[in-house]
Amino acid sequence: MKLSPLDRILLLLTVLLASYQVSAGIDGFDTLPIIAYTIAFGVILVAALLIFILGFGVLDSPIVVIVSTIIPLSLAVGLIHQHAASFGTWYLVFAIIGFLAVTLTRSIPAPGKIPTIVLAIVHGIAGMTIFLLPIVLSIQGNAHPMFSLVGVGGALIGIGGLALSFLKAGKPILSQEVIHKILPVILFLMSLCFVMGFKYG
Amino acid sequence: MTAQSPITNYQLPTPKKISLYWSLTKPLQSGLLLATGLAGYMSARCPVFNMGTILGVAGSLFLAIAGSTVLNMWWDRDIDAKMGRTQKRATSSGQLTEKEVLRVGLFLSLVGVGWAVALDALYGLIVFAGLFFDVVVYSIWLKRRTAWSIVWGGVSGAMPILAGRALGLGAVDWVGLTLALGILFWIPTHTLTFSMKFSKDYAAACVPTFPSTYGLGVTRATIAISSVLAALAMIVAGIGIGMDWGFLRLLGVLSAGLLMLAVAITFKPTESVNFGLFKYASVYMLAAMILVVLEVI
Repeated sequence: MKLSPLDRILLLLTVLLASYQVSAGIDGFDTLPIIAYTIAFGVILVAALLIFILGFGVLDSPIVVIVSTIIPLSLAVGLIHQHAASFGTWYLVFAIIGFLAVTLTRSIPAPGKIPTIVLAIVHGIAGMTIFLLPIVLSIQGNAHPMFSLVGVGGALIGIGGLALSFLKAGKPILSQEVIHKILPVILFLMSLCFVMGFKYG
Repeated sequence: MTAQSPITNYQLPTPKKISLYWSLTKPLQSGLLLATGLAGYMSARCPVFNMGTILGVAGSLFLAIAGSTVLNMWWDRDIDAKMGRTQKRATSSGQLTEKEVLRVGLFLSLVGVGWAVALDALYGLIVFAGLFFDVVVYSIWLKRRTAWSIVWGGVSGAMPILAGRALGLGAVDWVGLTLALGILFWIPTHTLTFSMKFSKDYAAACVPTFPSTYGLGVTRATIAISSVLAALAMIVAGIGIGMDWGFLRLLGVLSAGLLMLAVAITFKPTESVNFGLFKYASVYMLAAMILVVLEVI
């Protein structure tokens, strides 16, 4: 499936939003959140740029499952460190183990449904963290209401990441065509929500 | 009918001819090199809105780069005619005569270098060096003799950014040289990718290339190593310029993408990944130049 002009515009806007977030949107944060968000938005930036340059064919690579895990994990690590610091170390350990588990189960043959279960657990926990934490903080009044947009971005990335991961894992929840059709829109809206949420939240 | 005087014999170039001349300047490539020259000038933290000098840098560099490109095409017209990729060029397809291409190339080069010298002697010298390395050393002397000619093509491509920075500072410094190294290492990503993609063309024209001399594996490894070195040089230069921490982060992210593609073409090469790296490297360099300019603004 070829990229449409609208796809290209959306991908370019995603690249610009992610560039802004990496270069200016996370200034003033602590070192660990800066590293975590740089990795997350850096992966979004490079991924959108590579899809723009190489087309959807780039998603055929088996490495996509591993790379698409980096985004929610590093975003969640940054959010936890900033807003639930008492869990910071434990969450970082979970993120590292989770990432290694996904990488291992995708690199070496693993029995039965283990790779899918590992993927679902890691994506599920990271995704729920990004989705729920900003919304809960906003409702409790511990953060500006606009910060809940980060949660909306988390929901979007959860949908996109899970759809892509399960497609690559051979157990699609949406067809490849549908995923290709919605992916540029999801990437753009997700980046927009993150940028707005972090800026005004 | 009486014979026409020389003045009435003179014909202004038609729009079609101007369009052919324009195509000889390889506008995209010249534009990208021009962007490096302007970024080099601004990297010296010169007043960006000094319109006189900015126009001088833009005009002289564009003319000199375009002039050397036209002269290269004039010199290579015989081998261009043998290669599918280039046989439709105005020089090799006979749409323009040899003499008029040579005249246009010399005119653009002389005006470009002359303008550069008038702006500043050191700047003019570096612009002239770029033209000399490109036309005389790369095209005329080495291109048909050795695959290593691309190094001199790279040196020539590195001159605009060095010239721009030297004009801004009034001297050549280590940051300028590092920026130039960044361009020097970036250029093989282009030239070697082309020499792989069009290897049959180059073989038909008897032009030695890395793939034909050392094989595809060595060529891919060279592209990967030079891409990584280009990224490292740009990061070091960014630090030297005093680039904002946020911009350095962004440059680091873009460099990581370049590194990833370099690893991919080394261990899992495909034509798509090769050309992906080629395109990504162009975007990378353009982005690096934009960051240098934004840093100053």
